Amino acid sequence: MRAIGIILAGGNNNRMRELSNKRAIAAMPIAGSYRAIDFALSNMANSHIQKVAVLTQYNARSLNEHLSSSKWWDFGRKQGGLFVFTPTITKENSFWYQGTADAIYQNIEFLKNSHEPYVVIASGDGVYKMDYNKVLEYHIAKRADITVVCTSIKDPAEVERFGVLRMNEDCRIEEFEEKPMVSPYNTISTGIYIIRRRQLIELIEKAAQEGRNDFVKDILIRYKNLKRIYGYKIDTFWSNISTADSYYKTNMAFLDPEIRSYFFRQEPAIKTRIDDLPPAKYNPGANVRNSLVSSGCIINGTVENSVLFKDVFVGSNCVIKNSVILNNVYLGDNTHIENCIVESRDTIRANSYYCGDKGIRIVVEEHDRYTI
Amino acid sequence: MMKKEMIAMLLAGGQGSRLGVLTEKVAKPAVAFGGKYRIIDFPLSNCINSGIDTVGVLTQYQPLRLNTHIGIGIPWDLDRNEGGVTVLPPYEKSSNSEWYTGTANAIYQNLEYMEQYHPEYVLILSGDHIYKMDYEVMLDFHKANKADVTIACMPVPMEEASRFGIMVTDDNGRIREFEEKPEHPSSNLASMGIYIFTWKALKEALVALRDQNGCDFGKHILPYCKEKGERLFAYEYNGYWKDVGTLGSYWEANMELIDIIPEFNLYEEFWRIYTKGDIIPPQYISADAVINRCLIGEGAEIYGEVHNSVIGPNVIIGKGSVIRDSIIMRNTSVGENVTMDKAIVAEDVVIGNGVTMGFGEEVPNVEKPAVYAFGIAVVGERSVIPDHVRIGKNTAISGITTPEDYPDGVLAGGQVITAKDGETA
Repeated sequence: MRAIGIILAGGNNNRMRELSNKRAIAAMPIAGSYRAIDFALSNMANSHIQKVAVLTQYNARSLNEHLSSSKWWDFGRKQGGLFVFTPTITKENSFWYQGTADAIYQNIEFLKNSHEPYVVIASGDGVYKMDYNKVLEYHIAKRADITVVCTSIKDPAEVERFGVLRMNEDCRIEEFEEKPMVSPYNTISTGIYIIRRRQLIELIEKAAQEGRNDFVKDILIRYKNLKRIYGYKIDTFWSNISTADSYYKTNMAFLDPEIRSYFFRQEPAIKTRIDDLPPAKYNPGANVRNSLVSSGCIINGTVENSVLFKDVFVGSNCVIKNSVILNNVYLGDNTHIENCIVESRDTIRANSYYCGDKGIRIVVEEHDRYTI
Repeated sequence: MMKKEMIAMLLAGGQGSRLGVLTEKVAKPAVAFGGKYRIIDFPLSNCINSGIDTVGVLTQYQPLRLNTHIGIGIPWDLDRNEGGVTVLPPYEKSSNSEWYTGTANAIYQNLEYMEQYHPEYVLILSGDHIYKMDYEVMLDFHKANKADVTIACMPVPMEEASRFGIMVTDDNGRIREFEEKPEHPSSNLASMGIYIFTWKALKEALVALRDQNGCDFGKHILPYCKEKGERLFAYEYNGYWKDVGTLGSYWEANMELIDIIPEFNLYEEFWRIYTKGDIIPPQYISADAVINRCLIGEGAEIYGEVHNSVIGPNVIIGKGSVIRDSIIMRNTSVGENVTMDKAIVAEDVVIGNGVTMGFGEEVPNVEKPAVYAFGIAVVGERSVIPDHVRIGKNTAISGITTPEDYPDGVLAGGQVITAKDGETA
């Protein structure tokens, strides 16, 4: 591969509600066994990108723990490797990353010291599979300055959380609007870009001189009539988890056999950190239907239409419906949980009742765990 | 000079012929156990949890699976700059090239490997037992007794003692006598096949007995050491330990993991068992599935009923199938409307639709009545079983079978089918 990778994993927003207190979105657990950043990282590894930088600043503890070794994604080679860049105080700069372009600017040496001609930029909160080589071929064929991977969305109300764009017949992007309230278009940017490394350095340095910090507003939108910015449209599964609802929906999507087969059975595989947990255990009283169950779980109750992440204990007579239970949660006996997301490492006391009536409820109890 | 206080030598070369078709293509230590593990994971995890970071694994019989599994030891943190895990197969020498002819002979042929670490103690392990043990505590016992050899032993019921190597000790634990499978045992302390040797004593004995044919620890080395008047001690161990040498004990040990709080608990935070976790996705349990008292591995998809069974990673169980009291290993797919009672199905097997396994009366097996017993139907790895056949108890199947292999669609109890492999056919 003739490219290096940059994963923008710094972000968070209040639309993740309580889930954002603990971690950056890129570290959110997905589909029982994974974390969001695994998809971008695995796609890069599977596209033979050998050198990847992860830029992060919001509560990076979970993310750092997850990335503590790069061996799971087969990085950590003599040539290349995985680099995690958090903001640091230097002689020139003592600010946090003030935007996506600024985050790249503060690590511009990483770009300058590389020799690969292209850069793949991806966000850490997308759930998808992609061969970036195909996008690169397209980028070269179109003689583009920047290629933006885009997809179309079904629900027009969702435009307000994406960059919405319109392309001409040649796929050159002519209009681009960031997070509009309403839009006549339904083609959105997935936050995956390909750009020539020298071009990126030039644009980022220029923006920094002018005090501009945002990659989308200050580079994509500002330069769209000057530079050749092209769209590469995909119709494969792509989902973004930047709100609590979309996070819930993305996890539930894995109950669909086609999506499961696409991510779990078809090559290339998505890789993640290995936790060495024992197989899931079903005790008498377990009644599990249409659910995903991860390793280390012990189940004594009813689980329906739900996703159980790793190391979840379900007590006797519990009823779990239409819910997402994050990793290492202990659910005491006789607990009822419906339409909820239960935050990780929590202990829910016996006889608790949680039901999301209007939309998804997020359960955070923060009790101490006494015994198991 | 590289220096390690204690290194481990793990004997993993045996076939384990009493496991029948399960070890036809893999060495016994590489046989799957408890859903996602392989038998060798237990001694390897014990080593790293006991602080031993240098392990030589002696292989001989069908080592491919074992080599792939161990690799450079990453899952057990045994990828080290100094030491770590080393796979030691027999090798050609300028004279006297031979296979490993016995347990002690295998160790003798790797004297050079051990010498490069200048150990003070050498731990000898076998790769076919299920247990959790802190070898460091055993080493403390060895040192406290100024022993030359310490043998881990566990008390067994007196009536079973005649199946084991029995140690007769004095009040201080010093061994006075060995009895190899005695008819009338005078003690119930059975050797677990785990030894700590002081390096000098081990080297001396191995060199002295180098011309012994089939040199074996139990038969030759230990008696030699005792004759010489060296200090041999029995270290009594009272935890869970299981020799999974027969299909019956293998089946039983797997089933014991299902108990609500099993005696051998894989779910404890302390003393974790590590394995090569190459299958990542969660398992899917369909809307029609029924699961009761089971262990199920990653990536499995269950559409039928499973009771009282251990199911490995990536296993698929089709709609309408009913599995009871069985062990199904990784990547095996079971068709629709299959009935399975008390079967052990190895890895990468394909079982057709409407198959019945384990029906009828128990009949002694015609070929190996001592191996294929316990009422279990066994299927070797990479086998294929065609649709709608019926298979009795105490049976064994290996290879790609076709309807012609089953007269009237039935494999009667006690019968064996050995069909050709996919590759050689």
